[in-house]
Order: sequence, then structure tokens, then C-alpha cells
Amino acid sequence: MESGAFDEIWGHGGPAAPRSEFAALSQWLEDTPGAELQRRQQAAEAAFRQLGITFAVYGDTDAAERIIPFDIVPRIFLPNEWARLSEGLIQRTQAINLFLEDIYGRRRILAEGVIPPELVMLNDQFRPEVDGIRPPHGVWAHICGIDLVRTGPDQFFVLEDNARTPSGVSYMLENREAMIRLCPELFRSFRVAPVDSYPDTLHHTMRSVAPGDTASPVCVVLTPGHFNSAYYEHSFLADSMGIELVEAADLVVDDDVVYMQTIAGRVRIDVIYRRIDDDFLDPVTFRPDSLLGVPGLIAAYRAGNVALINAPGNGIADDKAIYSYMPEIVRFYTGEDAKLPNVETFRCREPGALKYVLDHLSELVVKLVDGSGGYGMLVGPTASKRQIEEFRAALIAEPHRYIAQPTLALSTVPTLADQGLAPRHVDFRPFVLTGSDGVRVVPGGLTRVALKEGSLVVNSSQGGGTKDSFVLVESGPSQTQSQDGMVQSQGAGA
Amino acid sequence: MMLSRTAAALYWLGRYVERADFIARLVEATIRLDALSARPAGEQAWQSALAVSYTEEAFAATGLECTQDRVARFLTLDEEHPGSIIRCIDMARNNARAVRTALTREAWTAINRAWWVFHNRPTPGNATATLGLVETVKAETRGFEGSIHRMMRNEGAWLIQLGAAIERADNTSRLLDVKYHLLLPAGEQVGGVVDRDQWTTILQTVSAVNAYRWLYRDGLTPANVIDLLVTRTELPRSLAACVEEVVQLLNQLAKHTGKQGEADRMARARMAAIQKTRIADVIAGGLHEYLGAFIRENALLDGAVARQFRFI
Repeated sequence: MESGAFDEIWGHGGPAAPRSEFAALSQWLEDTPGAELQRRQQAAEAAFRQLGITFAVYGDTDAAERIIPFDIVPRIFLPNEWARLSEGLIQRTQAINLFLEDIYGRRRILAEGVIPPELVMLNDQFRPEVDGIRPPHGVWAHICGIDLVRTGPDQFFVLEDNARTPSGVSYMLENREAMIRLCPELFRSFRVAPVDSYPDTLHHTMRSVAPGDTASPVCVVLTPGHFNSAYYEHSFLADSMGIELVEAADLVVDDDVVYMQTIAGRVRIDVIYRRIDDDFLDPVTFRPDSLLGVPGLIAAYRAGNVALINAPGNGIADDKAIYSYMPEIVRFYTGEDAKLPNVETFRCREPGALKYVLDHLSELVVKLVDGSGGYGMLVGPTASKRQIEEFRAALIAEPHRYIAQPTLALSTVPTLADQGLAPRHVDFRPFVLTGSDGVRVVPGGLTRVALKEGSLVVNSSQGGGTKDSFVLVESGPSQTQSQDGMVQSQGAGA
Repeated sequence: MMLSRTAAALYWLGRYVERADFIARLVEATIRLDALSARPAGEQAWQSALAVSYTEEAFAATGLECTQDRVARFLTLDEEHPGSIIRCIDMARNNARAVRTALTREAWTAINRAWWVFHNRPTPGNATATLGLVETVKAETRGFEGSIHRMMRNEGAWLIQLGAAIERADNTSRLLDVKYHLLLPAGEQVGGVVDRDQWTTILQTVSAVNAYRWLYRDGLTPANVIDLLVTRTELPRSLAACVEEVVQLLNQLAKHTGKQGEADRMARARMAAIQKTRIADVIAGGLHEYLGAFIRENALLDGAVARQFRFI
């Protein structure tokens, strides 16, 4: 075990001295034979394969369909930990929405010198095509995935914001289903907050931002198609909300109104949860070479006839260069200090910071400001000399494209490895929903785990897995199953 | 209201699952026939299996010998060959994935399980192993059909069943056409001495061995087999039963969507015609001509369905 890393179950003491709140879980891990845990984990993975919860790794044709490894040991948040996290998540999401409204509107934050204007206006993520459009009900980031990391009992940090199309929520729901089926005893020992309200809450959020005053707005999920790596999630969400899953070819825009083509003719659409990037939404507005988009969609959006979830142009809020200003952004719009701190971040565009980063490359994590999925990233402490020199050259050539952060001692959670249970580093993505009537956090999220010993990279494309994330409740509803009156009685009168 | 693209995918899902099931039955019946008959009748059995599945030319193009393991592999696991079971399952699964939200979990997992079984098998193996493989297909397609009856009773389920019914009509008519020719060379009389095993193969392919015994007490005759497969609505795979089912499904769709069209008219006209059909007239006028016309009508109906539901 690595020294220094905080384990969320075992604390700093190892299996012999777990954190007091987790004695029951630690005991369960001791009492359940490794082979039995293996068996259950394999059963979960077999079920995922059967359901087709697969993803495609880009550039890897052999493994066209793989499942994301699932770890049977859950990650657990205590009620008071969750209460604090929720407050911070809500505050941050509110700030992100206000920031987007400002950037595509009056730009007060730039005028007042809080953020250097060129950082926004010259940023590729700033979309002049949607400048001046106010989305229906003034909501921009309806679904936010805020990635968190932890370094100690009370030390949580935001690693990055995802305000475009954060994915992974289907794993939150399917992992829970698997855990209830395979480890029912855990739900008797712990009062776990249910997560299965997520689809209803999402549907409610979508309906709340429908333009106009339609009594029953038509909502759809827009997918690039079944070859997309996240297709399972698209179909899962549409199915759990009971709404159509459409492709661009199903949609047509006529006189600034969006319709889908059905067997009985056209049906008007009010709200689109689109799982297509801005670039591919509308070839008329964005990329003319795109075959994926819906011509005229942005015109319909500009006319206020359709709500797009999330709003186009949101990339400016989760850009990593902007991220470093989030504490200032939160303070500017909410008048409060950020409840969830950022990870300390060096903006390489600033000469002083660049010098520090170049002098400490072997200790830092360097990231492309517009990279994602663990690509375009240097993890100094584990990188080779050559990789470090490559990044040094890249940093000197284009410093504005990079930020750097100290390497954090990410918390670990016991994880089933080849030789039994061992601590592995984790991060966490909760999902925050914003409708016209407020901000909601579903008690749960996606825990990603780096399955390789010592690794800090949790991305599924790079060998990461997932775990269920329990949020414990003091009282109230919890995840249980009832069999009242549903069992055939035997030997009547006996 | 259902998307046109979804409607098309569900209809074709129904067709491909039915086709996979039919080829599985065909392989199963042919293995039995092959085992019973002396060489070179065995080879002829596989030749006719190719003819029934419209794949004689495609198989000839491979240059392979017409033997049990070669043809069985060609019909089950050959990914190059669009008529193989594995390709039908691929197509069914692609359609099912594209409309995942219109299917229940049970319906999807039946298709997906079959897909994993087939994609983990390099060869069908010997006769016994091949029988095991086709039994898997049959089990999963039965599971799929069962799950369709547990879906919501709306356009989704009906379009799958419509595709299956139209496909089934096509399969039965081709089976009868090919086998009949093969079994009655020019000059031979219908009702003469027949090869029991060959006729049993036909009945087996459409799961009708026992049905035949219940409906016809007077032993196996070609005229009775034709009667059973063409006009008897008790047999789910008969032409009459398929034609009737198509009319019923189109009626349900019309009631739900409030729309009728060319497909409804064609289907009703066909049902009226087959209800008046007498098997003696069919035989006198030429079974081959009758079945040829039926297969052409079936294709026209398929086109009318596509237009009516705006498949894209």
C-alpha cells in the first residue's frame, strides 16, 4: 500500500483499523470469501454484457465492444459528507449558469476585469454563433457533471467541470441494480439513498425548460447513432424517461420549428436532450462538412422554438483555462466563497507560472486546456524522461494551451484485485440537474477507479473501472425491496 | 407516435429473426435427411437446402464441396455470406440496437445472447454440435417471440410481428416450391410412391409433423402436405395463416394510427383469394406457377408496407 494516500474505508490504518463508521463494511469484506466476491463481480459483468452496456474504444477495432470493468466493493459517503458536497455542487452549478448567461450576454465579468477578456473571446470554446441567444427559461447547463477528488476525510476538490454533455449516469443506475441483486445484505446493513429517481428528475427538468406554454411538451434524446461509444446510455435514458430516441435523420426543421418524422407524419418537438457535440449539431451554423447534424436547428433555437439540453456554447464554462478562475467566478456571481475548492492550478499562459511548471515538470500533472478522456495529459511522477521532454517542448511552443496541477494523493477505496482486496485510487462524478424551478442533486454518482496499482488515471479508455457509490441517509427512504403479500403460502392450515 | 426509422427497424428485426429461425430449422431437418439417406442422396439434401435459402449460386461461388460440414458452416457461421444465420443475427441485432428504446430488456437480451453465442463459435462442428448450435438459435428466437407478447401491445410489437409474418410466408412458399420440384421429377404423378423421408423433412422444417397427423388421418401424401402448407390456417406457418395474420396486424396498426392504405387493400385481397383456393385447382394449374405468383405478391406487399409507414 502506498504511504500517504487516504483510504475511504480503512483510513490510514489498513484493514485492521477501519474508520469507525465503516466497521460494518470492513467486516463484510473480511467475512465474504474472495472467491465469492469474484463470482459476484463476474455475474455483474456478464449481466452488463448481456444488456449490451458496452462502449467502443476509439482507434481500437479489435475490442469493438467492451464492457467497463465493474468493482464489487462500493464507495460510501456519510450523510454529513454528502450534505456538504451537495451544497457546494449546487453553488457551483448556479455560478456556471450565471457565468454562461453573462458571457453570451452583457459580459460584466470581463468588463470588471475578473477574467482577462481575451481568454474568453479568443477561446475556441466561445461560440460567436450563439452569442446573444438566451435559451428558454435562462437555463444553460441543465446537466452538469462535476468531477471531484478527495485527499482526506474533509478534503474534497473539484477536478473539472463538465457542462457540455457529461456521460456516465447510466453506470450510476446500472451499478446500483447490480449491487442490489448481488449484495442484498449490504442494503440491510446500510441505509442507502435511492438513485432510481434520476430519470424522472431529468424528465421533469427537461419539461420545465420547454419553450412556450405547451401543456405536454414533446421531449426527445438526440443520439449520433448506435455506433457511438455512449449509445447504450442514450438509449437507456430515453427508455427510462419513456421518450423517443432520435437521430438527426429523423428531424426536420420547417419555418424555425423542429419536427420528427413518424409513421403518422410530422410531430413537433419542444425539448431536445442532445448527445451530439456543438460542432455536429447543425451544418448550417457550425461545420458544413458534418453529416450528423440537423440543418436549421440553431435557427429554431434562436427563434426560441426549441430548448437544447445542454445549451450550445457551454464549452466555455468547462474549459480548463477558465476552470482556474472558478473560485473568482463563484464569488462574482453568488457573493460567497466557493464551498468546493479547486485544485491549485498553474496557468501556463502566465510567464511566472510557466517558469514554475517547467522547473517542476516531474512533480506536476500537465493538461491540455481542451483535452478530455485522459488524453493529452502528462503525469509527471510516473512519466518517462522522454515524455517530460516532449511536454517541455510543447509547453514552450504553445504555453496558452496548457495548465498544470500538483499531483494529488487521491483517496483510495478497497478494490478487488488479482491478489485480493487492495486500495485503488478513485474519483467521483455526481450529476447536477438545473431546471426552471431549481437545482437538484441525485444522491449518488459515478465512482471511477484506477484498477492498476498506484495509477491515478481513472478514464475507462485507459483501463479504469467503476464502482457503485452509496450515499447513506440518517432516516427516510432507502433502497430496499419488499415482498409483502407476494409469497405463496404452503401447506395451508398446517 | 412512432418514428418512421424505428418502424422500419422493427419490421426488419422481425424479418431477420424469423429468417434466422427458418434457416436453423432447415439445417436441422437437412441433417436428419442426410443421416437417413444413402449417398449421394445426402449431397442432394444439402443442395436443396441451398436452393430453399436462395443461396445455391453464392455457395457455388465459394468453390467448396457440397458436404454437410461445408454447407452447414456456410448456412450458420459464414460471415461472408449474407444469408447465414450469423449474418441474420447481426442484422437483427443492428436493428434492435438502433431501436433499443422500442424493445423491452427481455427482447433485446434474447437477440444479444444469440449474438454472443455465434460470435464465440469459430465452426459449427460435427452434426451433433451443429444440432446443438441451431437449437440455441431456436431457443433464443422462441424467447424473443415470447418477449414480444410481453411488450406493450402497440405499433412496436405489431410491426415486429408483421415483418415476421411476411418473412414466414416467403420462407414456406420457397421451401415448398424447391422441395416439390426436387421430389417430383417430370412425369411422376402427384400421389404416387413418395420418399417418406423427403416429405417428412418439409414437415419438420415448418414444425408440422404432428399437426399433419392430427389433420390428415390417411397417411402421407404430397397433395395433403401441399394442402396443409398452403390453405390450413391451423398451421402457423401455412401461407393462409401468414396471410391472415398480416391482415390482422395491419388492422390493429390502422386502428391505432387511424390510417389505412395500399398495404391494407393488398393484404385483404390476398386473404379473400386464398380463402377460396382449392388445392386440387392449384395442383392442376401448376404448383410452381402458383407459388411463384405468391412470392411476387409478397414482395409487392413488402414494398407497400414500406411506403405506408414511411420507412426511410
